[in-house]
Amino acid sequence: MSALPESGETLSAEAWRQIDREVAKYPPQQKRSAIVAALAIAQDEVGWLPSWAIEAVASYLGMPPIAAYEVATFYSMFNLEPAGRFKLTLCTNLPCALSGATRAAAHLKARLGVDFEQTSSDRMFTLQEGECFGACGDAPVLLVNNKRMCSFLSDERLDQLLDELRRSG
Amino acid sequence: MTAQTCFHGRHIKPIVLDGLTGDNWRLADYEKRDGYVALRKMLADKATPDQVIAEVKKSALRGRGGAGFPTGLKWSFMPRQHPGPKYLVCNSDEGEPGTFKDRDILRYNPHSVIEGMVIAAYASGSTAGYNYIHGEIWPEYERFQVALDEAYGAGYLGRNILGSDFSFDLYTTHGFGAYICGEETALLESIEGKKGLPRFKPPFPAGYGLYGKPTTINNTETFATVPWILRHGGDAFVALGRPNNGGTKIFSVSGDVTSPGNYEIPLGTPFAQLLGLAGGMRGGRRLKAVIPGGSSMPVLPGETMMATDMDYDSIAKAGSMLGSGGVIVMDETRCMVRCLERLSYFYFEESCGQCTPCREGAGWLYRVVHRIEHGQGRMDDLGLLDSVAGNIIGRTICAFGDAAALPVRSFLKQFRGEFEHHIEHKRCLVPDYV
Repeated sequence: MSALPESGETLSAEAWRQIDREVAKYPPQQKRSAIVAALAIAQDEVGWLPSWAIEAVASYLGMPPIAAYEVATFYSMFNLEPAGRFKLTLCTNLPCALSGATRAAAHLKARLGVDFEQTSSDRMFTLQEGECFGACGDAPVLLVNNKRMCSFLSDERLDQLLDELRRSG
Repeated sequence: MTAQTCFHGRHIKPIVLDGLTGDNWRLADYEKRDGYVALRKMLADKATPDQVIAEVKKSALRGRGGAGFPTGLKWSFMPRQHPGPKYLVCNSDEGEPGTFKDRDILRYNPHSVIEGMVIAAYASGSTAGYNYIHGEIWPEYERFQVALDEAYGAGYLGRNILGSDFSFDLYTTHGFGAYICGEETALLESIEGKKGLPRFKPPFPAGYGLYGKPTTINNTETFATVPWILRHGGDAFVALGRPNNGGTKIFSVSGDVTSPGNYEIPLGTPFAQLLGLAGGMRGGRRLKAVIPGGSSMPVLPGETMMATDMDYDSIAKAGSMLGSGGVIVMDETRCMVRCLERLSYFYFEESCGQCTPCREGAGWLYRVVHRIEHGQGRMDDLGLLDSVAGNIIGRTICAFGDAAALPVRSFLKQFRGEFEHHIEHKRCLVPDYV
């Protein structure tokens, strides 16, 4: 918690505790090994990665801010701008496309009124095109906010999922 | 439709997926399946690392991640008299399109990976290890931590394992959406908290790996196979498969089959039999093409595959590679130009950008295939694709460049007429089905 950016914004004590657990996995002089996990924890809390969060995490791990920015921009599951309440990432790679992902993509776009990389007007959903999740046998598959995988997505199941998320959001 | 993934009961002599129900992944369940017996015996017998490596060499176990390198040989590369830490890393960054076996191992049989890693650590003299898990499979990442906690609690990990003088710590870590981190040196960079940019080889990880220390990296399935080999012996493992192609292998079957899923079968099983296990072709349609080893491997015509056995040497002889065991099946309604377009987009999207031939070439390949698919191709585009692919292959730091180029070359070689038809008639040879 060494760095408080000028805005005074920082992560919660619980987030720093989680980051400490990640840091403990690595040799003491290799704290920056925890950067991917720490940024993921920050993103879960904030919803995306504003620069203050990236810099606070970098400072905490004793690495230059630019090195943390490099990581944040390299790994595709980080949100570098605010997303909708639910980020839906649909895999459209070949094995999934052979098992209905192209249809699922068209259905989602029609239901949400957005294209890939766009957010619905009510800010509820951001739709993303994903690359292989390593779950091709369950195609079509999508991730809700990176961590929940939904499988075998017929149009009916997609509708159920959207309704469920709308109710919970 | 529910996940039947590996609970269909249609494996042949399974080792890793044997007896799994989805609920029996905990330590007590694993011990009932003879789990940790191999580790106990190895430590009780005070086997030497050389004896362990010799047994694994005898098994002819080859790396299950894609390259097929002999596992025992890899372990023997670790320097013996090296002071300070040495590392063991499990590559669970499974993102090769068509491959989804490691996820099932991690969620339904995680202790087989842990036991395999402890044995490998003993054989390679490693002091600490990391299992690097694909960021997209978060529940599996969390479950693996639970399994680690169980193993620590039972004395299978940590200081003085099972009362011996051998100590080994194992941690779990994760990626966050970068295919390239499945390349072993990119994976090491990622654990070090950097962008996943592959390193020049040599030096190889056994000499200069994680944090610059000697490091052994194996795939999840490779580790999960090791306990069985030590329990039953290397000869028994070879006998399951074929010489130079020991044991069983999990094939992830996806695409136009009735029952996509994971099928563990002895190496050398005919492809036709594997297709039968997966319920045959969906809707009774005809087989057109198969990518037998994950999307980076050359595509083969269906009739070639129907005459090929599923082992490293047979698939190589047929003109492709066994790779990761991701078998992507395409039926007669599939447009090969469109299939290649999607794969080429993937390599364009995932190139790390470090080497110019790959960074520029992958995008170039995608754009040319894209314009052929969309009726804007020219006949000399086919020569252009071949030329761009040829200027990537062998000119990059890692194998990703080859992986981007090989599918293009193989699709053109096997299905050239379809590409020509697209260019000449501005439309597809097969009806649009998807």
